[in-house]
Amino acid sequence: MNGSATVKQEECGISVDIVIIGGGPAGLAAAVAARKNGAGSILILERDSELGGILNQCIHNGFGLHTFHEELTGPEYADRFIRQVLDLHIPYKLDTMVLSISKDRVVTAMNRTDGMFKVRAGAIILAMGCRERPRGALNIPGFRPAGIYSAGTAQRLVNIEGYMPGREVVILGSGDIGLIMARRMTLEGADVKVVAEIMPYSGGLKRNIVQCLDDFGIPLKLSHTVVNIEGKERVSAVTIAAVDANMKPIPGTEERYRCDTLLLSTGLIPENELSRGMGVALSPVTKGPQVNDMLETNVPGVFACGNVLHVHDLVDYVSEEAGRAGACAAKYVKGSVPPAEGTDVPLLAESGVRYTVPCTVNTGRMDDLLTVRFRVGAVYKKAFVSVYLNDERILHRQKKIMAPGEMEQVILQKKHLLAVPDLKTITVKIESE
Amino acid sequence: MYDVVIIGGGVTGSAVARELSKYRLNVCVIEKGEDVCSGTSKANSAIIHAGFDAKEGSLMAKMNVRGNAMMDELTRDLDIPFRRNGAMVVCVDPAERDGLRTLYDRGIANHVPGLRILDREEALAMEPNLSDSTVAALYAPTSGIICPFILTIAMAEQAYVNGVDFHFNTEAEDIRKENGIFLIRTGNGVYRTRCVVNAAGVYADKFHNMVSARTIHITPRRGDYCLLDKSAGNLVRCTIFPQPTKLGKGVLVTPTVHGNLLIGPTAEDIDDREGTNTTAEGLQNVIRKAGQRVKNIPMREVITSFAGLRAHEDGHEFILGEPEDAPGFVDCAGIESPGLSSSPAIGEYIGNLVRDMLGAGEKENWIRKRRGILHPADLSFEERNELIRREPAYGRIICRCESVTEGEILDAIRRPLGARSLDGIKRRTRAGMGRCQAGFCSPRVMEILHRELGIPYEQLTKCGGESKLVMGRTKEDEQ
Repeated sequence: MNGSATVKQEECGISVDIVIIGGGPAGLAAAVAARKNGAGSILILERDSELGGILNQCIHNGFGLHTFHEELTGPEYADRFIRQVLDLHIPYKLDTMVLSISKDRVVTAMNRTDGMFKVRAGAIILAMGCRERPRGALNIPGFRPAGIYSAGTAQRLVNIEGYMPGREVVILGSGDIGLIMARRMTLEGADVKVVAEIMPYSGGLKRNIVQCLDDFGIPLKLSHTVVNIEGKERVSAVTIAAVDANMKPIPGTEERYRCDTLLLSTGLIPENELSRGMGVALSPVTKGPQVNDMLETNVPGVFACGNVLHVHDLVDYVSEEAGRAGACAAKYVKGSVPPAEGTDVPLLAESGVRYTVPCTVNTGRMDDLLTVRFRVGAVYKKAFVSVYLNDERILHRQKKIMAPGEMEQVILQKKHLLAVPDLKTITVKIESE
Repeated sequence: MYDVVIIGGGVTGSAVARELSKYRLNVCVIEKGEDVCSGTSKANSAIIHAGFDAKEGSLMAKMNVRGNAMMDELTRDLDIPFRRNGAMVVCVDPAERDGLRTLYDRGIANHVPGLRILDREEALAMEPNLSDSTVAALYAPTSGIICPFILTIAMAEQAYVNGVDFHFNTEAEDIRKENGIFLIRTGNGVYRTRCVVNAAGVYADKFHNMVSARTIHITPRRGDYCLLDKSAGNLVRCTIFPQPTKLGKGVLVTPTVHGNLLIGPTAEDIDDREGTNTTAEGLQNVIRKAGQRVKNIPMREVITSFAGLRAHEDGHEFILGEPEDAPGFVDCAGIESPGLSSSPAIGEYIGNLVRDMLGAGEKENWIRKRRGILHPADLSFEERNELIRREPAYGRIICRCESVTEGEILDAIRRPLGARSLDGIKRRTRAGMGRCQAGFCSPRVMEILHRELGIPYEQLTKCGGESKLVMGRTKEDEQ
């Protein structure tokens, strides 16, 4: 059940250089990078019975185009990192739930064999991932029968447990998991009748809309939502309706679909209960920690990466970001972080840019190049991504299309930032010209 | 033949069953659902009301105040959570002040202890999130919060271990009396009994009218609710009410005994006795009205919404006891709010009535104490470790939102009247009741139910009947 056993069960209060919370794609990449950057003892704590996280149930391909320049399935992608973790003899514990983390970085965790135990960490990397928004959060009216699943739960049932959640399916929300499940359920013989999306654009990747809906003739109804769920024991019908600009259903546009299943793919929420419990400041936009250029939270020595930080579109970016978090955490425990200079400069997200990660930069400490990731709040065609240092625009790049479902990035150069004598703000915005 | 058949395994039926289990009687509860607490009792405000708003001298007033007073000892015996968090009726319009005084006087007449009228400053000092237009409030310190599932389940469990039979999936269809014996026809055969207790919630009028010419009429009165995440659970400490109207106590804002925030209900008379569907209008009303007395309700933190039905009888009064023309048939009808609060008192009242009617003696070995499901989170670090060493299942978290371990789920399945469905597990352990609403734990709970009870996956249900969770295996076409 455990990996290399450098952590013994009776050692309440043992010390480890870096504890990584979560053994999914973010935690694995962070662990590998931390080890390669010289971190001594590392411990990954994973709540499931295998490493790999949600990738284990993502049996479709399309992973790793950026990282490995080939198309892998989720388990194959995870396996590339799991092998590295094993080769580097990085210890991990499976079936282990972290219950709390104190501000001074003592992790309390639990599993069947070790019982409750505490680990004192030199640094912590938060890599807990995210969870799906449930029906209740959407206040969809109607009955509450069996047959309503979040898309990820349905994916687990189909791909891991081998059971069909239903045969006639309506999907609300066009997040990537919903799109993937539309195809998956169709391939398993189910009749996917429609995908309704309340926004005027899809929340998922363009390639998923093409490959998972268009290729199978499944209609995507934008600006539509579910207005009623019927069925007292099992779902028997779902009614959708068009919504107006305020996302209120328009009477008279109702369409009723007989079905036995409603899948929800209406958003992912970074899972930050542990972070909040230890005093990590969260962004109201991403629901993830606010981090600096080292991906360090406001709690010193606590880093964050992957979907717990902000929900990503591609796992390749998760791995890359987690690699940075791992490297920074390793520097932190070795005491080799370059000294900060002056105050941290805030990164401001304006006109169309919903947030940036990181949200502050220290020009003294930062690497020569810093990747800033963000998402836009609407669909933009032929618009420009601009970066301003104070009031001076230093970047102005046209993009053919930008959509909320896809992450964007800009790369800041340290030399540009240092060239501005009194740098107060860095602003990222979308401009029409 | 039974001495007593109780129709309905809701909170009232279970309370009566528990009381009757004290006597040397052959008692059976028949319940159409697959578990206790699967009808009206499962969806309500979860409040143990103080008892100030029922009409003076009414059964509602008497049972409420008595039920409230019984709660401390009862919840100790049942080993279930209960907290007297207090209630406030908040008035936001100076014109409502007189109404507050009327309510106070009624409470005094009903013998509600500790009532006080608070001025604006006092009320705001106690509850800083009350509306800025708060004028005054009636404060009732004895009002409390409870989990209606666990109260019902615990009373039923105790009845069961003391010898009461529970027959689930057994719907009463017809009742008639022959030679002094009641014959209750059900989908599972005919039950013969000397006495019937009618605790059928929204169906109580149907059964009453089968045996009595003095008909009663129950209207299902639907109420929509929204439940918010535990992060919002500290918004108010007391249960906050508007002034009552003739449709009920109005939309309240309250912490729950498990630390969530609950707002609701609406009050809408409907025809469908199974009409527990929420409506867009209803949910909007809940949100709007809750905001009239409490500010800063973080509506983004809603984790689920639901609707419950009140069994509203035309006379708006509990109907307890035998109709004059149907001796041996004992009604517990019209049990709407404050029905949950009154349930132990109704149990006691009906229990005594039936005991006397049948001349039953007390059992000597009645088991008073129930052991609740162990919550490892309440234990110290060392105790918890010891527990996991003994029972490793307590070291595996199944529901991460509510930190429910496999050990608790196994206990919920293996104990008397144990859980057999996803909802059964949820109501006993809270697994699936948290912020992800069972997204994470449902496949894991399904696996445990399958393993423990040997139920094939295809037969696993959310709450019995046709509420099947999966529809066959994948790749079925190829097999």
